Amino acid sequence: MQEIAVSVLIIIGAAFTFIGSLGLARLGDFYTRLHGPTKATTLGVGALLIASVIHFSTGSEMPSLHEVLVTVFLFITAPVSAHLLAKAALQLRVRSIAPPPAEAESSSGTGLDRGD
Amino acid sequence: MLRRLLPHPLLTLVLTLTWLLLVNSFTIGQALLGLLLGLVIPAFTRHFWPDPVRIARPWWLVFFLLKVLWDILVANVAVAALILGGRRFVQPAFVSVPLDLRTELAISILANTVSLTPGTVSAWLSPDRRTLVVHGLRVTDAAALVHEIKTRYERPLIDIFESTC
Repeated sequence: MQEIAVSVLIIIGAAFTFIGSLGLARLGDFYTRLHGPTKATTLGVGALLIASVIHFSTGSEMPSLHEVLVTVFLFITAPVSAHLLAKAALQLRVRSIAPPPAEAESSSGTGLDRGD
Repeated sequence: MLRRLLPHPLLTLVLTLTWLLLVNSFTIGQALLGLLLGLVIPAFTRHFWPDPVRIARPWWLVFFLLKVLWDILVANVAVAALILGGRRFVQPAFVSVPLDLRTELAISILANTVSLTPGTVSAWLSPDRRTLVVHGLRVTDAAALVHEIKTRYERPLIDIFESTC
């Protein structure tokens, strides 16, 4: 029973991680490609980690919960790196399918000295 | 005196829990070691945290996190479907969200939440911290998206971090 649950979770996790990576190849421009790694992979890794919790908790008397930390760190860092990548791309005026936002455009002209 | 010893009680709690999860063993000895770290680290890093973190309504934060977790689940399925559907379904657009939030931590949480939830990534924050530019993967109605972000995520964050009760 528990093995079935672990297997199903691993398959779900692998599928979502794969779809997230597929997004990198399939989507049109830099900004849309950003969406794959920030989303599809969080669920993918999440499912794999739940599988890990189940697998390692049933064998021993101590519950294995440090996977929770991986999830927390991932949920904190993935959006931050995506935000920084998008911000850098706006500065460099990377080609975009969607018209770039006017505010960011006007201020990015001053170059990289504008930090905040 | 207490303020000097314990500048950030929340950080102490979080660090203690983090330590327990890191060593993956829940014994009294590890709890004490974690508590020690939780007391020492905030004292040494005081300059990174000029303002104490204030959470007006902690329980609302729990509800908010549960809601976001659910939204992340939905977001993953939605984005996976968009990726598999291919370029025909993708209508990307940049949307500017005017911010009513003022606390830096709350703005960071909002930006993170936006990035984790359906089809949106926060892309740029204006230097005066009043506008958050969001990139949507499939935007059919920009005004509706702004409205959703403001009511679904920003409103609760204002209640949690900036209400004065």
